[in-house]
Amino acid sequence: MADLSINFAGIKAPNPFWLASAPPTNTGYQIMKAFDAGWGGAVWKTLGVPVVNVSSRYGSVNYRDSRMMGFNNIELISDRPLADNLREIEEVKKYFPNHAVIASLMVESRAEWIQIIKDCENAGADGLELNFGCPHGMCERGMGSAVGQEPEVLKTIVQWVMEAANIPVITKLSPNISHITDPGRAAVAGGTSAISLVNTFKSIVGINLDTYAPYPEVDGSGTNGGYCGPAVKPIALNMVKELAQDHITKNTPISGIGGIENWRDVVEYILLGCGSVQVCTAVMHYGFGIVRELESGVLQFMRDKGYNNIEEFRGKALPNVKEWKDLNLKHKVVADINAEKCIGCQLCYTACEDGAHQAIALSGDPAIRIPSIIEENCVGCNLCSLVCPVEECITMVKRDDGTERLTWAERTERGDVPVTFNDPLAGGIGHHVPTPEDAIKTFKNTRK
Amino acid sequence: MAEYTRPQSSEEFHQNFEQKKPLMNETEAYYESSRCLFCYDAPCVTACPTGIDIPLFIKQIQTGNVTGSAKTIYDSNWFGNACGKVCPTKVLCEGACVYNHQDIKPIEIGRLQNFATINVIENNKTLYSPGPDNGKKVAIIGAGPAGVSCACELRTLGYKVDIFEAKDKPSGLTVHGTAPYKITNKEALAEMDYLQGQLGFQIYYNTPISHAQQIQDIEQKYDAIFIGVGLGPTADLGLPGDDKDNVIGAVEFVEALRMKEHQISVPDRVIVLGGGNTAMDAASESARMGALEVTLAYRRSKDEMGAYGFEYDLAKNAGAKGLFNVQPIEILGNGSVRGVKFIRTQSLTGQLQIIEGSEFIIECDMVIKATGQAKMGNLFALINGMELDRSKKDCGKSCHLPKYKSKIFCRWRCCKWWCGGGEWST
Repeated sequence: MADLSINFAGIKAPNPFWLASAPPTNTGYQIMKAFDAGWGGAVWKTLGVPVVNVSSRYGSVNYRDSRMMGFNNIELISDRPLADNLREIEEVKKYFPNHAVIASLMVESRAEWIQIIKDCENAGADGLELNFGCPHGMCERGMGSAVGQEPEVLKTIVQWVMEAANIPVITKLSPNISHITDPGRAAVAGGTSAISLVNTFKSIVGINLDTYAPYPEVDGSGTNGGYCGPAVKPIALNMVKELAQDHITKNTPISGIGGIENWRDVVEYILLGCGSVQVCTAVMHYGFGIVRELESGVLQFMRDKGYNNIEEFRGKALPNVKEWKDLNLKHKVVADINAEKCIGCQLCYTACEDGAHQAIALSGDPAIRIPSIIEENCVGCNLCSLVCPVEECITMVKRDDGTERLTWAERTERGDVPVTFNDPLAGGIGHHVPTPEDAIKTFKNTRK
Repeated sequence: MAEYTRPQSSEEFHQNFEQKKPLMNETEAYYESSRCLFCYDAPCVTACPTGIDIPLFIKQIQTGNVTGSAKTIYDSNWFGNACGKVCPTKVLCEGACVYNHQDIKPIEIGRLQNFATINVIENNKTLYSPGPDNGKKVAIIGAGPAGVSCACELRTLGYKVDIFEAKDKPSGLTVHGTAPYKITNKEALAEMDYLQGQLGFQIYYNTPISHAQQIQDIEQKYDAIFIGVGLGPTADLGLPGDDKDNVIGAVEFVEALRMKEHQISVPDRVIVLGGGNTAMDAASESARMGALEVTLAYRRSKDEMGAYGFEYDLAKNAGAKGLFNVQPIEILGNGSVRGVKFIRTQSLTGQLQIIEGSEFIIECDMVIKATGQAKMGNLFALINGMELDRSKKDCGKSCHLPKYKSKIFCRWRCCKWWCGGGEWST
């Protein structure tokens, strides 16, 4: 059987499924339940000087029938006394000595950092995570993302921590920055053992149209929150890739965070180089039991692909994530509609017609609703296949024979690229474009 | 056979006539509306006789603009709520839903429609107001779907409108002639109040047009007249014994049932004559009223019935039994009906032929004739110069009216007469 166990920067765990530092890791009670359910590690809700919270703390973005596609919070770090948390860390480690318990920390002064590190080590924590990410509340007090956004400050604090710590240290980064490599490199320069990302994105998830206050509302007002959940995964994946490919940060272990809800998400993060993943929103939505789906899916993937352990496929997608200029311009796909499967919704038609390249035609007979591809107009953009509600009805078919390869970089090198505004090398030359007047012919269809 | 016991109270009546399309709650409407694909040139719209922009009103429900959704519906159909409930949506909009091609349950368009319309009716949300007074007056004969829709349309254009209605309630067949499990009286009338409250047309109830003088008065007093009277009473079968007690027309039966509910009594054995949707309704209703034996007798084969398949299924499930290729030749009884004498038929090369010597009798205590309605001949006879086209159910010789549509009832006929109405899907 495939082995899910990991050694992440010296922190051992039975599997890569960790709980992110967040409400699900607020207490030893929750973490014990989580370990029992199958989670391999947990990053404790951030410890520091206990806070005072507001009431009404979370907001969400629902999409059609999906709830909490995006989620934000304005909750601060732990509001429980440090001693209570430390005692519970000790207790959890007694019951689950082989699971990873990581203490997330956020304090201000060097003395405080040194003290809290010692306390956590004494309690038996397997590692530390430095919270330089929270984009709400704590940052107003010079902590959280206020540190994550200042690489020099971040580096200094990481250095303080590394001098004091005897256990592995993970630096958690804020995504609220133009180049994630800036704080990433600073963390590495400070000597961090590992990096985790992303923390939440500064966000307003919505405005109440009656009270004109942002969600979540606190007595008629609101503030920006930290955004997470499935909606942020694509942005987080790209940031993970940036660090996994950067020549300075690429050898530092990465714990991936951001919108992970199912096994596919986990595999994607690992394929981009992560050695562990952290989950929060999915647990806040579905509870700890969701880990059963993660574990089953990742194991099945490993069996299907013949992998014995996580390391065998970690980072396997990285060589395929390239710069645009290195993509093959000779590759050509066109859409193909399977008439047997088509249900005649004509979403592909209207999407291509209004939103892309006018490369799909209707039959002209109202009784025949299956559209057809105008192959000479099709640029292979995928849009029709993306809007089609039927599985595998519209597929993209390869039209080049695979023998030719030419990239923008190569064309640039040989001076074979458009450089003036009306350059004859423009890619769109020769491609069919309707005239503006042709739109009038379609008015009768759209104006009821 | 029937599983229904005779309803003794209004509550029991409504239990036996449980709504086929119950109102959706907000959660169900939210999830159901999210399934709509927002098809281009959507087939459901094409299939809707009133052309409601269905994908739009569903999207509006999904985005929490339920009032806007109702407006979309009423913009195309003044009987938006009634149609959502009584329309044969399974064969119209829902039958055209592209999900059917994928063997996925089509969107429940009728119920979503009601979700939106009930919301505005119950909260009395104003969607329309009368247009500026243009000084013109229109008389409408009949407060059914055609007449009331016409009134609404004219009021938005600034005409003053008076409706003359023979009965004591508006909405025509909606309240008088629809199977009770399709829409309740309360719901049908609430929509009428809602429309009248916004648009302010006058309805004179219990005012049948029965004398030529009335017609002349109306012609003098109004700038235009719209006739939306639909069809008349059940046509005579011309059978021996047609006049016996407990031989009743289906339209009359349904009206009595709707107005008196549990207070009418349906005997144990009922024979329903006919193969259309009204026959199916009458059979289903008889069974739901506690009749023990309900026979649906049709002179042609099952496949030749005019009724929708699902309507026949509904009658069968309520307990009715189909009897095909049988033609009634005499209604038997002594004062009150005791049975029907039938003769068997067969269809040969499209012609219905009687099988000689195949007569038989089925005993019964009631006969419901669902064999078609007569035209409102008496009324039309009062109108000078109007001739009826005998070949059509429509009312005028020179206007070939479409079957019931909500907004456009007919073309200009002559001088100031408009005619409309006709058929209402029961």
